[in-house]
Amino acid sequence: MKFGVVVFPGSNCDYDTLYVLKHVFNQKATFLWHKEHDLKKVDCVILPGGFSYGDYLRAGAIARFSPLMLEVQEFASRGGLVLGICNGFQVLQELGLLPGAMLRNKNLKFLCQYVYLRLENNHTPFTLKGRKGQVLKIPIAHFDGNFFAPPEVIQSIKKNEQITLRYCEPNGALSEEANVNGSLENIAGIVNEKGNVMGMMPHPERASESILGSEDGRIIFESIITWSERKR
Amino acid sequence: MDKKAIEEHNLTLDEYKRIVELIGREPNITELGIFSLMWSEHCSYKSSKIHLKKFPVKGKNVIQGPGENAGVVDIGDGLLAVFKIESHNHPSFIEPFQGAATGVGGILRDIFTMGARPIALLDSLRFGPLSNPKNKAIMDGVVSGIAAYGNSVGVPTVGGEIYFNECYSLNPLVNVCCVGIGRKNKLFRARAEGVGNPVLYVGSKTGRDGIHGATMASAEFGEDSEKKRPNVQVGDPFKEKLLLEACLEVMDKDLIVGIQDMGAAGITCSTAEMAAKSRMGIEIELDRVPQREESMTPYEIMLSESQERMLLVAKKDKVSKIQKIFAKWDLDAVVIGKVTKGNRLRVFSGGEKVVDLPLDAIVNLCPVYDRESRYPSYLEKSTQIELPLLPDDYNQVLLKLLSSPTIASKEWVFRQYDHMVQINTILLPGADASLLRIKKKRKALALTLDGNSLYTYLDPRRGGKIAVAEACRNLSCVGAYPIGATNCLNFGNPEKPEIMWQFKEVIEGISEACRIFKVPITGGNVSFYNETEGAPIYPTPVLGILGILEDYQKAVSPGFKKGAEIIILLGENKEELGASEYLKTIFHLEGGMPPEIDLNEEKRVQELCREAILKGLIVSAHDVSEGGLAVCLSECAFLSEEKIGFEINLEDELRPDALLFGESQSRIVVTCTEDSLKKIESIAEKKKVKMKILGKIGGKRIIIQYRKKKIVDLPLEMALECWEKTIPSIFKLS
Repeated sequence: MKFGVVVFPGSNCDYDTLYVLKHVFNQKATFLWHKEHDLKKVDCVILPGGFSYGDYLRAGAIARFSPLMLEVQEFASRGGLVLGICNGFQVLQELGLLPGAMLRNKNLKFLCQYVYLRLENNHTPFTLKGRKGQVLKIPIAHFDGNFFAPPEVIQSIKKNEQITLRYCEPNGALSEEANVNGSLENIAGIVNEKGNVMGMMPHPERASESILGSEDGRIIFESIITWSERKR
Repeated sequence: MDKKAIEEHNLTLDEYKRIVELIGREPNITELGIFSLMWSEHCSYKSSKIHLKKFPVKGKNVIQGPGENAGVVDIGDGLLAVFKIESHNHPSFIEPFQGAATGVGGILRDIFTMGARPIALLDSLRFGPLSNPKNKAIMDGVVSGIAAYGNSVGVPTVGGEIYFNECYSLNPLVNVCCVGIGRKNKLFRARAEGVGNPVLYVGSKTGRDGIHGATMASAEFGEDSEKKRPNVQVGDPFKEKLLLEACLEVMDKDLIVGIQDMGAAGITCSTAEMAAKSRMGIEIELDRVPQREESMTPYEIMLSESQERMLLVAKKDKVSKIQKIFAKWDLDAVVIGKVTKGNRLRVFSGGEKVVDLPLDAIVNLCPVYDRESRYPSYLEKSTQIELPLLPDDYNQVLLKLLSSPTIASKEWVFRQYDHMVQINTILLPGADASLLRIKKKRKALALTLDGNSLYTYLDPRRGGKIAVAEACRNLSCVGAYPIGATNCLNFGNPEKPEIMWQFKEVIEGISEACRIFKVPITGGNVSFYNETEGAPIYPTPVLGILGILEDYQKAVSPGFKKGAEIIILLGENKEELGASEYLKTIFHLEGGMPPEIDLNEEKRVQELCREAILKGLIVSAHDVSEGGLAVCLSECAFLSEEKIGFEINLEDELRPDALLFGESQSRIVVTCTEDSLKKIESIAEKKKVKMKILGKIGGKRIIIQYRKKKIVDLPLEMALECWEKTIPSIFKLS
């Protein structure tokens, strides 16, 4: 399959994501420049982490107006796979492809650290290689990852089983202490209603090689690859 | 020119006379501004130049030594490591967030100016005690500023060090080090060659910020330092990221002759230095300079230190290609002048010539001072101390040391830094050295910063040696060997003879150690005038040493690991308590002689450690430094994944407090299996290094026996909490 990694001005996990796709998973992968209108016939679009437009105004608020986002919206509406990681998640929220918004972390500091995540739903293209309840160790690195949405939205994403990842203790228990950024419902990752668009604050590309300390992020990429192969 | 104007420009009357002589007339105000910057201590190194010549600068790996934007060493496989450390002390005191942020911005530009992509940042920070709210606010601002800039640009901040001492209360130190990787055939230098080649201004627009920044950094602060806030520049990491990508793209395509960032002294320094280095002249037109404020004078434009700007000298027919790349990244790229014959800097504004100066005078003919030096009067008294009585309760002493901010965990700081972006970070911050893999190769780069200023205060020469030795030891603890060094020398006012003496001694010490370790100095930075209201900081050299680990799978970290039970000490315990964190924290005594160092012995201990790591014989290694053996072992327990305790027995005939908390040099704590022990012993014998078995890892307690009698016995959990919670609890949101 072929992946496309969107490059906004200020993206800084674009190279990392491309490297992992190409050299760890041996997939075809290409950069997609934000000013163009061409998705280069990719099967999955990834919006990488970083500080698109410096996070000025509000994280993701300016990037959502990039020309390429029209194509991404259209691609998603046709059922194409779109994954937003960290800043990419924020952009997807600004685009309206995913619900909710990100507030500043509860301790008002940038946080870069490993967190434990409980996999809540393995019926999505992004998580099918995992087990429900499986605990993953993947790092986060963000200032605004405190998931917020009004009660009715929270209710509906719960009802539709849109929550894919929750911050948890190493044993999988949910707690306020494990919920490092203060997200409602310990939410670390969600999908849209159709399940073809996912946003996650943790960085799976930083946890795909043992030398870097964890390989738990592989599940996300392997799921996407498996799903695409099955579809074929 | 009246005397007041000369004084305001921080020039002496003699210096002014020399300017008039050199240019054959009185300078106009813009020209005086140019001299004030270029002849400032910060830009000219006039007080340090003759002493810096003592550094060993040659080595087989050195591609570029001091004198460029950064040092460059060959790391094999056609790759180069480009690295440098710089201070941003003065601005960080006045405006901690922006001061530190722009420090990061500046050092990043120094690296990518040379064609290398920055892959890691490290910071050496010094603050006054956190009991003072002002110091706390400074530290919070500095850490946030570093985080805001580095995180946004996407260069991981992977390590560094933080010390606390009263001497930094009104003069914090912010030293930022960056390393980048470039290709051997793509190294760029600050050159303005080829008559008629166009000079391009790229990046942010010029504003009135930072005017006289370099001059400010070349004087002491008085009570009015608050007023200097407008002299501090404001950083825009987003622009920097765009500039970085655009510059690297331009460099990749063979479109330019030379490039230099506009850092301290802005357009003035970049135009003058590039042309002077190439023995050419340069002409620029200020009307073409992109400006963000209206009606700026030539003086203001020439002296502005607005951030995120670069000067390029293009190949003649490549301008439109360059402009296209910068346009892609939404950046200005404007031709503002050209390279000329004749060694002069000419600046035009509104059709008039406003500057016409010989470049040699600006860049090369600044007076060089061999300033008077004198053995400091404080030394005799400070180094002779009476040792306190032995403490009753070693458990309490250890807990207190682990809670001292200098020793306590810095996780609160480094988790604010994105230390993983670029996916090369093999060891998390807190290890002896930072380790970065080189993608698609087996090799990793190791980098560490080191400098204990209490040692250098009490014996500058020895302190200088120890800074080099310990930095190399840190590298050895992860398995890497040193290949090059950079250094930041933070001192008080060089016009005071006692400060000058410290400076000269430190340089002698560093030079001697670098020669013995065969580590050339490839560049660095001198920061004088670190004094506020007449009180100087301790002399604080910070060494940044770069090393290579040939196979990163072999990397070793400090934490104990299951299955390797035996704890060994490489090196020897001695009865040395002078200048220790123990005396400082427990007895409020900053004195005595710092520990002795035998550089040859040190080298052998390090060789032993590296050889054993590369042969896979040892599984953890941690150097003994501040807080001594007891703190070192405790840290090994804290940093183990499973939080494994230990039990050791010490038999040495020394004062028990010296044994536990003394900071004798050339010691490394390692762990190994029963099987490896014999092999390590045989290498130690070959290297003539003393080693001894201390005890075993295991359990959930910290147990230290002194001649079979328990003198420390603590639950690991309790000690860990002291170490982990100290700094977060100081900064807790109320």
